[in-house]
Amino acid sequence: MSAVASGAFPWLSLITALPLAGALAVLLLSRWHPSRARDLAVTVAAAALVLAAIIWHRFDSNSLGMQFQELHGWAPSLGVSYRLGIDGLGILMLMLTAIVVLMSFAASWANSKQGPVYFALVLLLEAGLFGTFTALNFVHWFLFWELSLIPAFFLVRLWGGKKSAQASTQFFLYTMVGSVALLLAFLAIFLAVGSFDFIALTSFAQAGQLSATLARHFGPGGAKLLFWAAFFGFAVKTPVVPFHTWLPATYAEAPSETTMLLTGAMSKMGIYGLLRILLPIFPEQMHRALTLLLWLAIASIVLPAFAAWAQTDLKRTFAYSSINHLGYCVLGVCAVSKLTGADTNLATEKAAALTGVLLQAFSHALTAAALFWFLALLERRSGGIRGLNDFGGLRKAVPVFTGLMGIAIFCSLGLPGLSGFPGEFLILKGVFPLAPWAGSLSLLGLLVTAVFLLNAIQRVFWGPLNGRWAAMPDLTTAELLMLAPALALMLILGLYPQLIAGPVHATVMQWAGQVRF
Amino acid sequence: MTGIGYLELLRLTLPEIAVALAALLAITLDILLAKHATRKIRIHAAVFVGCAGCAAAIFLAHNSPAISLTDGMLVFTPLTTLVQTSLLALSILTLLLCDSIRFTDHIGEYLGLILIATVAMMFLVGTQNLLLIFISLEFLSLSLYLLTGFDKRRRQSAEAALKYFLFGGMSAGFLLFGISLLYGVSNSLDLRILATAAGAPNLDPLMLIAIVMVAIGFGFKVAAAPFHFWAPDAYQGAPTTTAAFIASSSKVAGFFVFVQVVTIGLAGAAGTPAFKPGWAPILILLSALSMLVGNLAAIAQSSLRRLLAYSAVGHTGYMLIGIVAHTPQSLAALLYYVLTYALAALGAFAVLQALDTEGVDTLASLAGLSRRAPGLAFCLLLFLLSLTGIPPLSGFFAKFFLFASALNTGDNFALLWLVLLAIAMSVVSLYYYLRVLKQAFVAPPPEGSAPSETPPLTLATIWTIAGLVVILGCAPNLLLGWIDRAVALSLHP
Amino acid sequence: MLAPALSPTLAWTIYLSFLGALASLFAGNKRPQAARVIALLTALAGLAISISAVVQYRPGEVLTVARLPWIPQLGIEYHLAADGISLVLVLLTGIAATAGILFSWNIEHRTAEFFAFYLALIGGVYGVFLSFDLLLLFVFYEIAIIPKYFLIAIWGSSPRLGQKGHAGTLREYAAMKLALYSFAGSGLVLAGIIAAWVVGGQTMSLQALAHTSFSAHFQMGVFPLVFVGFAVLAGMWPFHTWAPGGHAAAPTGASMLLAGVVMKLGAYGCLRVAMMLFPRGLDPWGIHLLGLGSWRDVFALLGLIGIVYGASIALVQRDFKLVIGYSSVSHMGFALLGLMTLNQIGLDGAVFQMFSHGIIAGLLFAVVGRMVYDRTHTRDLNELAPMHLARAIPFAAVVFIFAAMASIGLPGSSGFIAEFQILIGVWRSLPQMAAVAGFGIVVGIAFTWRALTKAFFSSGPANAAEDPLAPITWPERLGAFLLLATTLAVGLYPRILTDLILPSLDSPLFEGLRTGAWR
Repeated sequence: MSAVASGAFPWLSLITALPLAGALAVLLLSRWHPSRARDLAVTVAAAALVLAAIIWHRFDSNSLGMQFQELHGWAPSLGVSYRLGIDGLGILMLMLTAIVVLMSFAASWANSKQGPVYFALVLLLEAGLFGTFTALNFVHWFLFWELSLIPAFFLVRLWGGKKSAQASTQFFLYTMVGSVALLLAFLAIFLAVGSFDFIALTSFAQAGQLSATLARHFGPGGAKLLFWAAFFGFAVKTPVVPFHTWLPATYAEAPSETTMLLTGAMSKMGIYGLLRILLPIFPEQMHRALTLLLWLAIASIVLPAFAAWAQTDLKRTFAYSSINHLGYCVLGVCAVSKLTGADTNLATEKAAALTGVLLQAFSHALTAAALFWFLALLERRSGGIRGLNDFGGLRKAVPVFTGLMGIAIFCSLGLPGLSGFPGEFLILKGVFPLAPWAGSLSLLGLLVTAVFLLNAIQRVFWGPLNGRWAAMPDLTTAELLMLAPALALMLILGLYPQLIAGPVHATVMQWAGQVRF
Repeated sequence: MTGIGYLELLRLTLPEIAVALAALLAITLDILLAKHATRKIRIHAAVFVGCAGCAAAIFLAHNSPAISLTDGMLVFTPLTTLVQTSLLALSILTLLLCDSIRFTDHIGEYLGLILIATVAMMFLVGTQNLLLIFISLEFLSLSLYLLTGFDKRRRQSAEAALKYFLFGGMSAGFLLFGISLLYGVSNSLDLRILATAAGAPNLDPLMLIAIVMVAIGFGFKVAAAPFHFWAPDAYQGAPTTTAAFIASSSKVAGFFVFVQVVTIGLAGAAGTPAFKPGWAPILILLSALSMLVGNLAAIAQSSLRRLLAYSAVGHTGYMLIGIVAHTPQSLAALLYYVLTYALAALGAFAVLQALDTEGVDTLASLAGLSRRAPGLAFCLLLFLLSLTGIPPLSGFFAKFFLFASALNTGDNFALLWLVLLAIAMSVVSLYYYLRVLKQAFVAPPPEGSAPSETPPLTLATIWTIAGLVVILGCAPNLLLGWIDRAVALSLHP
Repeated sequence: MLAPALSPTLAWTIYLSFLGALASLFAGNKRPQAARVIALLTALAGLAISISAVVQYRPGEVLTVARLPWIPQLGIEYHLAADGISLVLVLLTGIAATAGILFSWNIEHRTAEFFAFYLALIGGVYGVFLSFDLLLLFVFYEIAIIPKYFLIAIWGSSPRLGQKGHAGTLREYAAMKLALYSFAGSGLVLAGIIAAWVVGGQTMSLQALAHTSFSAHFQMGVFPLVFVGFAVLAGMWPFHTWAPGGHAAAPTGASMLLAGVVMKLGAYGCLRVAMMLFPRGLDPWGIHLLGLGSWRDVFALLGLIGIVYGASIALVQRDFKLVIGYSSVSHMGFALLGLMTLNQIGLDGAVFQMFSHGIIAGLLFAVVGRMVYDRTHTRDLNELAPMHLARAIPFAAVVFIFAAMASIGLPGSSGFIAEFQILIGVWRSLPQMAAVAGFGIVVGIAFTWRALTKAFFSSGPANAAEDPLAPITWPERLGAFLLLATTLAVGLYPRILTDLILPSLDSPLFEGLRTGAWR
């Protein structure tokens, strides 16, 4: 596989180091020029976006294999190397992270409570995410995986609501338990196979040797045990029902600007893990556990939809909705591990499903971030009130706001023409032939989603105007200008999904080839 | 050996004569000076005379030939020279300490008695004849009884002396009985001739009784349990310098003669630790008992001197292990142990002397010593830690050599359990020694206490002893080499 | 084999420490600042020497530092030497000592004596790590006991919250317990080494004894004796009871040294003496008792119990210092487990953990003792919570966050590398224990996070009108930076240590350990 190294310039190290350095600079600057510190932070985030765009531009859509690779020894005697590289999945994640972070900063712009420390922590989180999405050696990857938890914890804890102490601790510990399981699993794999390298492990697994080797070292049940441990680690992060219990509380207690990050970027870590690590390395185990996995995916689609319907706190509604949307991604990933033999049709379906997963991930990042941004704006105007039944008829008071939020909500619904549609469509298109019953059940989720989202619109924006909010100010020009790019992107991607599907095409084809069994 | 002329005898016993003369001179000088000179001058003079005599004796002792007289009456080997030199050195240190005594006006007599006791000890270690052993032992004991009761201001002193005397007299009786039995078995008073008789394959029951009697007698002398009951009272009641003397020199002499009798005279009647009858099983019992009684009783003490007395019993227990093992290496280790123990014990009592604690004997009286007299406190630290067996002080190496030699008997670790008991008791000893040091270093000084004044000569002596303890700890070979050579040359004539 | 290099300067770490102790005592008699400065300079000198030794070291060799006959007729030499493992621990001592002195800068009561005892302790510790003669090692090991007692008895605080009784008595009790346990452990070791000396031909040279083949029967008996003797000081369950109270009662600088370095004396002894000289003692017995078939199984299990037990008790503690004290027991359990894996990566992890935990424990005690307790005069988490310390002393909060991250083994810190290697070693040799070890890690994360959030980031009501807490002094900052930099450097670039440890594990000294039946 050819690796397109861009003249050996360390783009990926640079993009990871940039927010890291930026965070330190912001902290230092905050001692002497606190007001300038925030500006610096936003500049750094913008620069990161520019870098991501440059990398996107240089990304070769047609080449298979990892691009922008960097490889250095780190602790060779322990099998740890400093290895970076991205493919279609990686570049997508980089891009969406950069976008979401900038969106989050934009949303925090008017919020004076969030000082330089907040911005520094967000930049640290961004660095952690960039690192996670580009690392190709388990230890290197795990370092960033765990590191990103720390700023997230403090962001929730220190700027969160009344119950943020409990929520943040639960979030932290839960994720940590998952991480420990992941760690144990991969240490065992290292022991058996002798490598931490994802690429090496993938080819080893594709050659069908991984299970045999693991069985030799850990007995017949060994490979299965390790698979479930690794799955657990990612399942907590994504999250997959029933390991999702930390999410609603955390999303609700965190300030909405932070929730944008959590839902937009951090949640993708789980999907990334499933696609980069779990599926390529454990295809056989995934296949064997297919039914159970599909049921978990269905549960993650349907149950949160119902739960969202029952919520009265808008933040919680959207939190559950987030789980629901990511459930589709999980469904797609799990479904493709089905055994299909040499049926080329089904191979195409698998490719479709995988493309759908990526599209859905990207779209969800945009949409969910946007939705929480709108919530932040609403909370600022309402003085923190965000109950479903606290509003009414807002379209009369804030028509522009209503219109724009409506776009975001419909995008979340999956309305054709907006970015939410292609992803869901492709996933379902791919899943139906592979696992018809799962596909059918997931439609239920689609239905309920529509119900509660429309319900939300109805309660909040339509109906008689609630006298309290008659004087609510509409979106300012600044806010409008900041929101516009995100919404525009939703429209563009809805009409021209090839923008995303193009670069990831080669990667998807490679995966489809890998899961062709 | 044929008879020997008196002049020749005189020449051979010059060291003892020197000390005896010094004793007489000290008494006389004191009587002459009593009316005219101050107390200080009298003390200085007496101490000077005594030290000079002992120093002369050391010099003379090194010029003796290796010779053994009739019936082993007087024996001069490198080993006896070594022990005599050590005894004289310890006596010198004790005399220097006496520079600051305040409990009596009869200075000449007191110091003279110490010197006379020294003479007795020199004879004690220089003989291998049972009768002379007994005579010297009694000579020594009588001197010590007198020295114990010398403090006429305190009732305790007299009480202690009386107890010591009664115990001592009784045990002397046992010893004499045992000696007469030994004479009966071997028809000779010479230890070497006794050895051939004792070495008979089947132990005569009479012999066994004799061994037990001898063990009782010497056990009393070295304060081994269960013959130790005189020790706490003697150490507590006697004047500090006397207690120092008993703890140091007398211990050395007592052990040496015990070793001589048992390993030379009764060699072959050793028996094995596996309870083949002989003196070894008896000594094992004494050793174990001493270690247990000494260390466990010391925990409960609130009187410093009694604590030191019980710890002395414990140390006797350790030292008896050296006799039980009876290899040349273990004998060397035993000698090293008893000499370094004597130094440390002397040092501890020296600190007490410097603090002028006659009649004040609680642990609490040491409170805050490190603030009141930092130098003394530091020296006390060194001495007590040496007694515990903490490196790099001499007491550690003493214990190590002793335990190592006990396990190195080639007997497949027969004494392992005894060594383990010794180690366990050492741990216990850390507890009570630390309690003392805790008072000195941790506890705050009592209100309104001023830094105490110590007489310079006493202070110098204490520092000298401390220096020796440290040097012998860091370079144990200085002493050990000498002992090894002496043992090697003496046991294989 | 390369000719052994001679590097006499390393011995000066020992000599300078003792000289510094005396100098501090005399010069600082009326001037506390003189004592502090002397102590700091001494520690820095030791650190500089150890760093230069590490830098110049050629991997795999044994660096002779001094070799003189001492007591020839007993085969005892004054033999100081260092291999990679010794150097790692010497480096740890240098760093921990310097940091400890920086964090003891505020001692006002009997300052000169404090630093004298402190430096004496450090000298003894250097001596243990540099000794290649068994008796010399033992001598230095025992020298370290007495200063420990006095440091706690004179300058310590009460070992437990709400304990009835005079504070002085309580800390003396903790000090005495620590001293007696250490001495008892060393007593066991003494019995063992005398036995080895007798059977090994009356020599105390580590190298000679390592190549002596003692009978399997002998080793089977002596190994547990020596191992347990050292393991007492390493805080192995169930002989650990002296540790939490002792560390809690000690003054900050002392607990940093005690938990950080002195406990490692025990683990080092386990490796260097028990395992290196008597490796056959780890062989299977041939019978099985309660599922255990060898001393290795027994001690691995005890290490595992220590991990979980320490973490679980720490989880329910109200006393901040005791949380850290029990966490030390848990971390040392990891080290012991790593030792018992008996494979290269596990052993490397164990030595790594010794270093890593030494630094981390120093950090944790520094924050809890010096930064928090000295200012707030309370160790009760319930009392600390309303003080909102993150706002009052943010520096302490940040340092504790980093320390906590390192303690839970977050990647990027030295703790991660250590645990990671030990876990691989466990998978390789003791796979059935891996899951429990992982559970121990989780409990460890839980208690650390609980302590962190409760002490610093509590969100309850604040105490009204508290006097502002004293600002962080520059010695505290320096000390914190030193320790943090170390754990980060080693965590991000573990080769600093692994390049020292791994070649040493391959040296002829560990021949017996490598050729066991269980490889």
